[in-house]
Amino acid sequence: MHRKGTMALAVAAALGLPHTAGAQTQDELKALREQVRQLDKRVQDAETTAQQAAVQASSRPASESAMNPAVSVILNGIYSNLSQDPHGFKINGFTPTLGEVGPGVRGFSLGESELAIAGNIDHHFRGTLIATITPEDTIGVEEGYIQTLSLSYGFTVKAGRFFSAVGYLNQIHAHAWDFTDAPLANKVFLGNQLSDDGIQLKWVAPTTTYFDLGVEVGRGKQFPAGPAGGRNKNGVSSSNIFTHVGGDFGTGTAWQTGISYLSTSPQDRTYDDLDSTGTTVTNSFTGTSGLWVLDGILKWAPNFNPTYTNFKLQGEFFRRKENGNLTYDTAAASLGTQTDGFTSAQSGWYLQGVYQFVPMWRVGYRYDRLNAGTTSNGLVDSGALTTADFPILAKYNPTRNTVMVDWSPSEFSRVRLQFAQDKSRSDATDNQMFFQYIVSLGAHGAHKF
Amino acid sequence: MKMILRFVVALSSVVVALPAAAALNVFACEPEWAALAQELGADKISVYTATTALQDPHRIEARPSLIARIRSTDLLICSGSELEIGWIPLLLTQSGNDKVQLGNPGYFEASQYVVKLEIPKVLDRALGDLHPGGNPHIHTDPRNIARVAQALEERLVQIDPANAESYRARGKSFLGRWQSAIARWEQQAAPLKGVPIVVYHKDFSYFINWAGMREAGSLEPKPGLPPTPAHLADLVDRMKVQPAKVIIYSPYNSPQAAEFLSARANIPAVMMPFTVGGTDKAKDLFGLFDDTIGRLLATVK
Repeated sequence: MHRKGTMALAVAAALGLPHTAGAQTQDELKALREQVRQLDKRVQDAETTAQQAAVQASSRPASESAMNPAVSVILNGIYSNLSQDPHGFKINGFTPTLGEVGPGVRGFSLGESELAIAGNIDHHFRGTLIATITPEDTIGVEEGYIQTLSLSYGFTVKAGRFFSAVGYLNQIHAHAWDFTDAPLANKVFLGNQLSDDGIQLKWVAPTTTYFDLGVEVGRGKQFPAGPAGGRNKNGVSSSNIFTHVGGDFGTGTAWQTGISYLSTSPQDRTYDDLDSTGTTVTNSFTGTSGLWVLDGILKWAPNFNPTYTNFKLQGEFFRRKENGNLTYDTAAASLGTQTDGFTSAQSGWYLQGVYQFVPMWRVGYRYDRLNAGTTSNGLVDSGALTTADFPILAKYNPTRNTVMVDWSPSEFSRVRLQFAQDKSRSDATDNQMFFQYIVSLGAHGAHKF
Repeated sequence: MKMILRFVVALSSVVVALPAAAALNVFACEPEWAALAQELGADKISVYTATTALQDPHRIEARPSLIARIRSTDLLICSGSELEIGWIPLLLTQSGNDKVQLGNPGYFEASQYVVKLEIPKVLDRALGDLHPGGNPHIHTDPRNIARVAQALEERLVQIDPANAESYRARGKSFLGRWQSAIARWEQQAAPLKGVPIVVYHKDFSYFINWAGMREAGSLEPKPGLPPTPAHLADLVDRMKVQPAKVIIYSPYNSPQAAEFLSARANIPAVMMPFTVGGTDKAKDLFGLFDDTIGRLLATVK
């Protein structure tokens, strides 16, 4: 108010000055007063308008759509050059998972497009839906879950369909991976990426060093529980327990390590193989499967500022034991259906490093190795059938070397060139080249450590 | 399975049984809010600072150590306006701590208490990494610190009523000292009025607005995008026609781009403390503004 008055006086003084020298009749004074009054009013009006404009401009627009959840879309496209026919892709020495483990198609292809919708449902829950649209024009629910917000004491419950907290990379969406494809170990032990319908309980300890402990139970709709969409039974078909420890070293290195155990009871888990007569037969496994995963990740950035340079070292070790019965030729298409005991103890690991050497540019190297380990097949041991009837299970240790370079002009786009020498098949080396873009539109998502 | 569940329940009961910690746990996203909380809370609170002046608050990894801290936090203080959108939401959902979730008293966004500048009229990613709610670097205007201090005092009283008197007394003392400091800084900064300045990122807009300086360009071609040779060359040409008096950057920025332009356009480049701890003199909020103004005056003269 004071300021307004002063301003009006100043204006009056400025206007009035030339007149003081001349005649000061009553009329002139009256006119001046009126002028000052009007100016004062105009100044006041202007200030009110300015104030309102500032408040308004400083607030978000309110409309029905203001409550919309955060929506983002991930687009990716790829050009692949593969020296071996991708239709014949297999990872020898390991039971096929029926997951999307192959290197894709040759030439140009559209990767999976993702549509992510997330938001707080109310003060108790947060909801997330991530739908994928495949290049074959099918729509799938990759993740669709609710998560509690209001539990305290470090507890969080997640329910719905979500990526299992088995190992490290499994929980991360493919668009945020540092390489175009999954490690071989994730392909053979988790069918590329394990998502299940179920519930997860996680507890974070009240300590300055990060420590969590969690358990998941689920339907077991996909490998290793079975590719048939889960068993027809009440209760739980798949369970996973996990724990992580993490913290900082100094002022630039963050680390996290975890261990998880996925326990499932596959029933009639089928896969196809070419037997000794050259017939494609369907075999199936029923029994128990237990998978240990040990993971570790280390991220370094000078002063924890990853903008200019940073380095990321990541590795996982998998070990699986399966015990049960293997049924050969379930459809009796070749030598007749036969069943006997089957056990296996297999492992695999990968180690990768990614270095951002200047802003926007990163290079990376990954080494993959699988150990077929020991397998005991009752059908072969008893002499009923021969190893030639189970060629895919013949002992073989696949390896792969992968290098990549990528360029990320902003947080929302990335172009990547990747070369790999893939020895997944016992009979051929596949030299692979991928040229890929991955972009995200819409809401700014946060990425997990 | 049952054993694991039992174990989790047993562990949680241990946690519940723990006596409440003596001091209020405060998690400050940026050093300036840690300093402010310290001014108001002193011995009644225990402050953890999530970032340093050497980190870009836009780009922070959601590290396990940060989740562990949020887990036991009573009051979270962030700038807000989506500055921390790349990491805080993730920490919150992972922490299992309801006190600090959006909408609860333990969640405090400083930028909600001030009038924001540079609210984009057009929102499009082609324009760079925009903040739809306006420029989030509000702490570079000393008057905003005072406004946030008042709001933070209220919040501390609300969360920890037992120590209300202490917060009120400290709040009053701080605001008194702060208002007289503002009066002093206003006088000191008078020569900066109208001075053209080139910034690295739009993180000094509130300071520029307060001091009445004029932003003559930014080293980033678009908000959040690193300087490019083409953009710098363009800036060099622009500086030949309309020279700025000073180029500034923050401790978390690489000085390269600023030095490049400085050498080509013959304009001094100077690092600002940007936040508490950014320079040796910026030990607290008072030091932050003393040093910011001091460095600019020394360069502009």
